[in-house]
Amino acid sequence: MEKGITIEHVHMTYSGIAGTVEALRDVNFTIEPGEFICVVGPSGCGKTTLLNVVAGFLQPTSGRVLMDDREISGPGPDRGVVFQQYAVFPWLTVRENIEFGLKLKNNRTSASQTREIADHFIDLVDLNKFRDSYPKELSGGMKQRVAIARSYAVNPEVLLMDEPFGALDAQTRQFMQEALLRILAKERKTVIFITHGVEEAAFLSTRVVVMAANPGRVREIIPVDIPYPRDAAVKTTPGFIEIRARVDKVVREEFRKQRNGN
Amino acid sequence: MSDQEEKKSIEERIRKTRRKERWEKTCYFFASFGIVAAVWELSRALHIIDPQLFPSVFAVLKSFVTLSRDGSLQKHMYASFLRVLSGFTIGIVMAVILGFLIGWFRTVRLLIDPMTNFFRALPPIALIPLMIIFFGIGETPKIVVLCYASFFPALVVIYQALVGLDPIYIRAGKTLGATNSEIFRKIILPQLIPHIITACRVSLGVCWATLVAAELIAAQRGIGAMMVDAQNFCQMPPLVLGILLIGAISLAMDTAVRAIERRATAWQERLP
Repeated sequence: MEKGITIEHVHMTYSGIAGTVEALRDVNFTIEPGEFICVVGPSGCGKTTLLNVVAGFLQPTSGRVLMDDREISGPGPDRGVVFQQYAVFPWLTVRENIEFGLKLKNNRTSASQTREIADHFIDLVDLNKFRDSYPKELSGGMKQRVAIARSYAVNPEVLLMDEPFGALDAQTRQFMQEALLRILAKERKTVIFITHGVEEAAFLSTRVVVMAANPGRVREIIPVDIPYPRDAAVKTTPGFIEIRARVDKVVREEFRKQRNGN
Repeated sequence: MSDQEEKKSIEERIRKTRRKERWEKTCYFFASFGIVAAVWELSRALHIIDPQLFPSVFAVLKSFVTLSRDGSLQKHMYASFLRVLSGFTIGIVMAVILGFLIGWFRTVRLLIDPMTNFFRALPPIALIPLMIIFFGIGETPKIVVLCYASFFPALVVIYQALVGLDPIYIRAGKTLGATNSEIFRKIILPQLIPHIITACRVSLGVCWATLVAAELIAAQRGIGAMMVDAQNFCQMPPLVLGILLIGAISLAMDTAVRAIERRATAWQERLP
């Protein structure tokens, strides 16, 4: 089911009042089907821009993004997006949010199937007690689980996550990371996950892409050779500590360069 | 199971508290108008206002009973109500349609924005003489003026709301595969409904105020006309009754719209 993504020579320049900004310069990498890629880097390194290009919200100035062999030209249900600001529809209940995509023309599903799929994902993200609640009654972590379930319901091949746990407190964050891995273990997807957290990146991913700023480009790709399933205990193993330190070192260097204005 | 029971008992308590609060509010509502009536009677008794000129509460109530018995009060109220309803409905529908066009197309917005601010500042009553010359003294000029009165305030509320929508929900819809018409119906419209109701509230208030002014100038029927008749014959009780009715009907309409609003926007976060 899951598909790979190829990012080929993607350039992105914006022209604004301050002149042209090179947000992305020649970004190139391939994501294998079922991989979990985390993208880290200092702010302004273009990681969100890159995600928006893959999502289809932005057209690259040059270069292209392929999903299997098809070029991406706009947003679509084959690439689910989970936003940092939750983006759960506040006027719909948890169930209605998760059913939203299934009731659209593009993914027409029968009524009984819609219910069945929604039930399945409500269960998977552990929101049984809140299925008929409105988002205003939910905590941040719960809202984000609704958003994940809503994306999953339309069965995308790829999941794009833009700092999804960035607004959560440390405990909830840890819980959500483990929950995400549990969900993925049950239903595999190719994932691109943007984050500020070095530890989060090392804990979740199969590879960490470290980006540099001004212009935004790929600085280094660090593989994480730790088998799944992973739980919090992994974080104390020597293997994990070593990888985290490696990622941390590169990120710190890039952060320093950016502070010093290159 | 005990979780469920606990939840139920909490809900029961919340309901009881709400009921008590509502009862309390009703009491204060009547007490508040009781004070107005008391001050009114006291002022007459103490000759602060001339009791010969200004009728007692009782006389006004009596005129209410007599006028509603012979059906003339209902006739006037019906006429006023019909005017407001038709003018208001046409005005709101046009405001919603144009509001969407303005919010959607930048050119339309830039073109119409300066115009709205000019017309919004222009009181609807100022149009009445012109409308009478245009349309005579029948129903048409009044309804046109009422359309105008409800149109501009509603337009401003709706298109400000549209411009202020958070694009994140539209993006989320697109990634789920929504078409443009689905984005409009299932994402934009639900977010606008609370604002459309607000627009209705504002417009209804303006409309009602304008109506009475229009009827005072030229009408055979309607609450305003009833008051002019009373003035001509120096009948004080129906005149004061007219004033009280205008306030009461306006209050009733606003309460009705607010009840609809509460139902339609249960999902919104509210300040406690």
